[in-house]
Amino acid sequence: MSKLDMPKRFGEFGGQFVPETLMNALIELEREYIKVKNDENFQNEYKYYVKEYSGRPTPLYFAKNLTEKLGGGKIYLKREDLNHTGAHKINNVIGQVLLARRMGKKRIIAETGAGQHGVATATICAMFGLECEVYMGEEDVERQSLNVFKMRLLGATVNSVASGTATLKDATNEAIRDWVTNVENTFYVIGSVVGPHPYPTMVRDFQRIIGDEVKEQIFQKEGRNPDYLIACVGGGSNAMGLFYPFVQEKDIKIYGVEAGGLGVDTDKHAATLSKGSIGVIHGMMTYLLQDEYGQITPVHSISAGLDYPGIGPEHAYYHSIGRVKYEAINDDEAVNAFQYLTKVEGIIPALESSHAVAYLMKLAPNTKKDDIIVLNLSGRGDKDINAILNVIGGTKNEK
Amino acid sequence: MKSRISEKFNTLREKNEKALITYITSGDPDLDTTLNLVLAMEKAGADIVELGIPYSDPLADGPVIQRAAQRALKAGTNIDSIFGMVSKIREKTELPLVFLLYFNTIHRYGIKRFLEKCQNSGVDGLIIPDLPLEERRELNEVMKDYPIDLITLVAPTSEDRIREIVLDAEGFVYCISSKGVTGTRDRFEIDLSNFINKVKKYTTTPLAIGFGISNKEAIKNLKGLCDGLIVGSAIVEKIEKGIKEEAVEDQVFNFVSELHEAID
Repeated sequence: MSKLDMPKRFGEFGGQFVPETLMNALIELEREYIKVKNDENFQNEYKYYVKEYSGRPTPLYFAKNLTEKLGGGKIYLKREDLNHTGAHKINNVIGQVLLARRMGKKRIIAETGAGQHGVATATICAMFGLECEVYMGEEDVERQSLNVFKMRLLGATVNSVASGTATLKDATNEAIRDWVTNVENTFYVIGSVVGPHPYPTMVRDFQRIIGDEVKEQIFQKEGRNPDYLIACVGGGSNAMGLFYPFVQEKDIKIYGVEAGGLGVDTDKHAATLSKGSIGVIHGMMTYLLQDEYGQITPVHSISAGLDYPGIGPEHAYYHSIGRVKYEAINDDEAVNAFQYLTKVEGIIPALESSHAVAYLMKLAPNTKKDDIIVLNLSGRGDKDINAILNVIGGTKNEK
Repeated sequence: MKSRISEKFNTLREKNEKALITYITSGDPDLDTTLNLVLAMEKAGADIVELGIPYSDPLADGPVIQRAAQRALKAGTNIDSIFGMVSKIREKTELPLVFLLYFNTIHRYGIKRFLEKCQNSGVDGLIIPDLPLEERRELNEVMKDYPIDLITLVAPTSEDRIREIVLDAEGFVYCISSKGVTGTRDRFEIDLSNFINKVKKYTTTPLAIGFGISNKEAIKNLKGLCDGLIVGSAIVEKIEKGIKEEAVEDQVFNFVSELHEAID
């Protein structure tokens, strides 16, 4: 068996619940990842592309209007929406595709929900001239047709997945099935801190640049750590990226915001930690939404990126030890926050990030004036304009 | 205590015969049919039957078995009703029965409670495609107290892992014919015999080959390599066809009879 160089579990969560056919591939991936983690050349290459290609560091913007309106602590927005392709997803894709190149893999596969991870993967594959196939649930293909078209323009093949509930969960199953079939020439770029070890750790490491930058930026602006961190959580990669560098600082209050859908007491939500129980999904032991027999139950969120019945195992761990508080925000609150931030700051947030903004709107008024709050604005809302139009109609400003 | 599975392989070995292992999904299209199919397959010559436990997210399965699971779940099948059906089968036959299921089903039910029910209803073995060596220790510990075999899977990609996987193997070793998920395929691993010989080096437990074996020809070609052959998706396809033509049992009986002829 492989040497345990890197923990496979976060407390009881994580692990490698995958078919035997994939085990040696995961062991090889872990070995190669440990190598590049400590390789200065690789780290420099990663830093080069996230800077020159994606535009990092992203600003830590002091949201003056929002701060004044909400009447509590000082609010800073970490502008991940200003990354190339419009979200934090590209940080991780750059890391994983650089690793795939090192490992000599010529074919890249990915799963996607809203399409952001798919677009980011198709983009990096276009730049490096790699073959790219993206799995996307049939329902999401319809909801996010613009992103599908973008991926095709970028040269990727988009496979519409009709099995199960035809959303992100099923796209992930299908990507795993592809990987089991083509494991020797294919690298599976997972889009969040989910899946079998070493993915949750590796994706976290490629996303922690968010929190590392915040640490530096907030010291320049305020000379100290923030008091509150807020981020939305689907699988949980943007949240983990922000939280991880701060998680040892016990005084910082950390909030992860899940999708409450139509309400956590209905059967239409994706609030995994608020309502879920422990089980196995996509190769990991974690919290998930399931029935009494362990069948994974259909989830709902207005935001396709949070429409996921599981959550990264490290989040499950922080939840179980009480380090991070996880709260749920409903569809209507997110839609309201989407419009609020757009009007107040002139920043159109992704519907995913709007969940974090909605929680901020509840939290900030109860904080002290000299508190510092950092919210991870994980993506921009261009992709969601149609969804919002459908919900509120086009007449909002005319009344 | 010798399990029904080991006894079956011993009997077959003495007669110099190979085991025909057939798979169907429990509750596809309903549990009464499953019960009848098990008995029909036994009559047609199946030596061991694998009962799939329908799951919402069967990531090691191809489209045919995915559809079967959907049909079974839609019919309201759950693990409790399946245990009930197994008890009924046990009133009629000593045929070895093996569950093929995903680990979350066991985890959610509670490992001990699950194994109790397996023992009481008469399940002889478990195949869990998403529980590799590294994750099976907890279950292994508990299973020592039960007369149920944990059947391990080895893949053509297992290589240096084979030795440890088959150490203490129980019942039979499930050798995956080729990369990929369940379902019929035209070609197997080019060096399948190489792979099987590697596995043989490390264990005396019977070896059965599965994944993609769909017809008489494949059985004839492969039976010399191992102690048993597993046919799954091809049978489930007959069920699918049989549902449309309202002749599920005939379709399956005839097909398994053909396979049995080929293996003898």
